[in-house]
Amino acid sequence: MTTNTAPFRPMTAGSQPPNDTPEYGSTRLRHPTRPLLRIPQGVTETTSPIFAESRFPPIADLSMATGKPALGERIIVRGRVIDEDERPVPNTMIEIWQANAAGRYDHPGDQHDAPLDPNFHGEGRVFTDTDGWYQFVSVKPGSYPWGNHYNAWRPNHIHYSLFGTGFGQRLITQMYFPGDPLLALDPIYLSVPDPAARERLIARFDLDITAPARALGYRFDFVLRGRNATPIEQA
Amino acid sequence: MAVATANQTIGPYWHLIEDASWADLTRFGAAGDRIVLTGTVTDGAGDRVTDAAIEIWQSSPPASPDFPAYGRCRTDGTGAFRFITLKPGPVAGVGNAQQAPHIAITIFARGLLQALTTRLYFQDEPLNETDPVLSLIEDAARRRTLIAQPVAPGAWHLDIRLQGDNETVFMEV
Repeated sequence: MTTNTAPFRPMTAGSQPPNDTPEYGSTRLRHPTRPLLRIPQGVTETTSPIFAESRFPPIADLSMATGKPALGERIIVRGRVIDEDERPVPNTMIEIWQANAAGRYDHPGDQHDAPLDPNFHGEGRVFTDTDGWYQFVSVKPGSYPWGNHYNAWRPNHIHYSLFGTGFGQRLITQMYFPGDPLLALDPIYLSVPDPAARERLIARFDLDITAPARALGYRFDFVLRGRNATPIEQA
Repeated sequence: MAVATANQTIGPYWHLIEDASWADLTRFGAAGDRIVLTGTVTDGAGDRVTDAAIEIWQSSPPASPDFPAYGRCRTDGTGAFRFITLKPGPVAGVGNAQQAPHIAITIFARGLLQALTTRLYFQDEPLNETDPVLSLIEDAARRRTLIAQPVAPGAWHLDIRLQGDNETVFMEV
């Protein structure tokens, strides 16, 4: 087994949301005011934890938390995890969480007056295959109101967490759905400065992923930071 | 070339994927110098941040089947977190540089559109004086925001301040 310890390239300008985003009110007291310290990348930054399926068992079907079907529009989400050099990231863990079809999280902090679904919990975990492909089944999450500003509603979204092959690749993001009128009003989505980078957070409807008489298919790919070409050390 | 996917906030409901056992990095039976790491997270008003996810990752001792070298812990209702792990040793740096024993910390929370990254060092480590990351910080008071203090045998504490007086040094990796 080899470990790639080449450093990661800087992020492309405009591709990442600044933590100082006043339109998203919770950032006000939480963003650092001092400039970030640029540090040399060592082994701590260029390597990452390894999650084995044996210890972190997959949950690839969120639509049947109890063996009975959850309410809502059943969906299949499929895509690839690649790096910026378009190489697949194999055998990497993806954590997934989301609201139910009514727009309610199965979480004590969520007090939205929408029903919980006893057959939906909203937690998933999948691993990419040797070519970087992943897939899971769920139900389309509903929109829900939040307190950011008057009449604020979050667009439909699914949360993801990825680790990649180096801690400098750690990614937590949200996937949105095409045609959602709330996207144009959402300060979290709009926090990504580059419109093209923002739009890459929207899944594509895909008839080839759609399962006849079963579930609508969506395609969503993740891109993790690329590395400078050089050292590969034997582990 | 593709461009890296944009980060978005972890939000207030990330506990759906939480497994509290992840805060104990010795749970798979790792042997070594077991330590407890505690701390708090506060915001720019000095209020405790009670919905954050704190992650740690260390390159020493190296990850193995018994030792994930990675942990995740929530901040609780008082803004506090607590990990059990193994004390790291020195880590090879760029060229001949030796890095002082350190643990990478990543903070995710509602109101953070992307993670904040920092490092935890240990008080009284001679290598702190020459560590290539600590040496980048000229102001001694700023440097101290990264140095965990011993609070009991085998127990270390570091408070993280997201903003304002004594703001923690956060890093771009």
